[in-house]
Amino acid sequence: MKKLALDMLRSVRESVRDLMPIIVVVAFFQLVVLQQPLPNLGKILYGTVMVVLGLTFFIRGLEMGLFPIGETMAHGFARKGSLFWLLLFAFALGFSTTVAEPALIAIADEAANVAAEGGMIERADESRRAYAFGLRLTVALSVGAAILLGVIRIIKGWPIQWFILSGYIGVVIMTVFAPPEIIGIAYDSGGVTTSTVTVPLVTALGVGLASSIKGRNPMIDGFGLIAFASLTPMIFVMGYGMMV
Amino acid sequence: MDGLLALAKTFLLTIRDVLPIAAILFGFQVFVLRRPIPHLRQVLVGFAFVLIGLTLFLEGLEEALFPLGRLMAEQLTHPALIGGVSAAETLTWGDYYWVYLFAAAIGFSTTVAEPALIAVAMKAHSVSGGTVGVWGLRAAVAIGVAIGIALGAFRIVTGTPLHWYIISGYILVLIQTLFAPRTIIALAFDSGGVTTSTVTVPLVAALGLGLASAIPGRSPILDGFGLIAFASLFPMMTVMGYAQISEWRARRSARKAHQG
Repeated sequence: MKKLALDMLRSVRESVRDLMPIIVVVAFFQLVVLQQPLPNLGKILYGTVMVVLGLTFFIRGLEMGLFPIGETMAHGFARKGSLFWLLLFAFALGFSTTVAEPALIAIADEAANVAAEGGMIERADESRRAYAFGLRLTVALSVGAAILLGVIRIIKGWPIQWFILSGYIGVVIMTVFAPPEIIGIAYDSGGVTTSTVTVPLVTALGVGLASSIKGRNPMIDGFGLIAFASLTPMIFVMGYGMMV
Repeated sequence: MDGLLALAKTFLLTIRDVLPIAAILFGFQVFVLRRPIPHLRQVLVGFAFVLIGLTLFLEGLEEALFPLGRLMAEQLTHPALIGGVSAAETLTWGDYYWVYLFAAAIGFSTTVAEPALIAVAMKAHSVSGGTVGVWGLRAAVAIGVAIGIALGAFRIVTGTPLHWYIISGYILVLIQTLFAPRTIIALAFDSGGVTTSTVTVPLVAALGLGLASAIPGRSPILDGFGLIAFASLFPMMTVMGYAQISEWRARRSARKAHQG
């Protein structure tokens, strides 16, 4: 019990250290550049304490829950040896974690507004909602496909550069043909798809797979799933913008 | 009382986000792998900790950081602060130096606190057997985000097209790939995607939209987006650069030891 309390205390100290830069930056700009006192100091202190506690719990939970289960499952799939179930799992994980991602929902709604103003779809709420939902499905499909492809890459041990290179070429080609209004959103959608819970899980899955398959190096082959998941949405979203 | 209610709401939303993930994990474990989960109690406690942690974290951000960050982005992009005059038309891109500095500082500091990046850095540290330092990686990524967002702010101020920056960035990344140590490449590509999640996106999006609406001739729709793309591009370069520098230093000290 005493050890647990001490551990917790140390984690709190680490979280404070992680957040210190933000506090310094905000204080500097507020006091030195803008020269204004901080509004609602009490509320800000309360929020900061919450953020520190939240980060502490999250990191603990990561080490106790998310990392172990990601690795256990990777080893389990490697031992079972069924490629079909592994790929289905990879796709399902990518799809399901993305389709409900709050950042993606926000971006999709914004994109629908852009499309309506650009005259690509009708201004009615109905067609905007359909457009936003279609976009969300597109991105979720693309992330599912990305994790699936990334898992195949780990199994085969193909070098990641070739995939990234072809992905970049795909992005550039799509940029030429996509309507200009969608380009900014498409580029941004690559960055928002990978949430705080997905990243540790997917990382543990990739590293776990690479370390349980003979001849794979977890450092060279295990990472890279997230890179795929941030590349494919750009291509798919621009494709969606061209089709609708 | 209001605070508790907001907290409960955030908690329910977090559960809704994590539920599909948990369902897939446990579903596959039970029905496909058909094996009991080792240390089930510990894993469940871990999941509960993740839920509690995310709830407190998001609630704290929403209460304290985001309103303040948005306010500051608004005030810093206001022409009155930048020029001291109301005529925004006469300003050139050089007058926005506080904006670039703020963009870089907020990019760096929010990235250091990004939970997803901490997770990847912990994993990379243990997998590489300590060669990749947790702090080294996080600092490299944070510097990349700082450069990316400052350059992105410059792009919004000057109104130059987004895709030229991104395409030149891609070319640089590919050239670096040829020379970087093989072990870092996959990790470097990954660090592009992890930088931008919970903490960074809302603040950076506010900065971009604020800038695009404050500068005459920019449309928030066409120019406000794209900062996140910058923030995911530059970390790849700085992480590969970090690996190249540490490899070079290791080689140099090995040579010194050899000579001495």
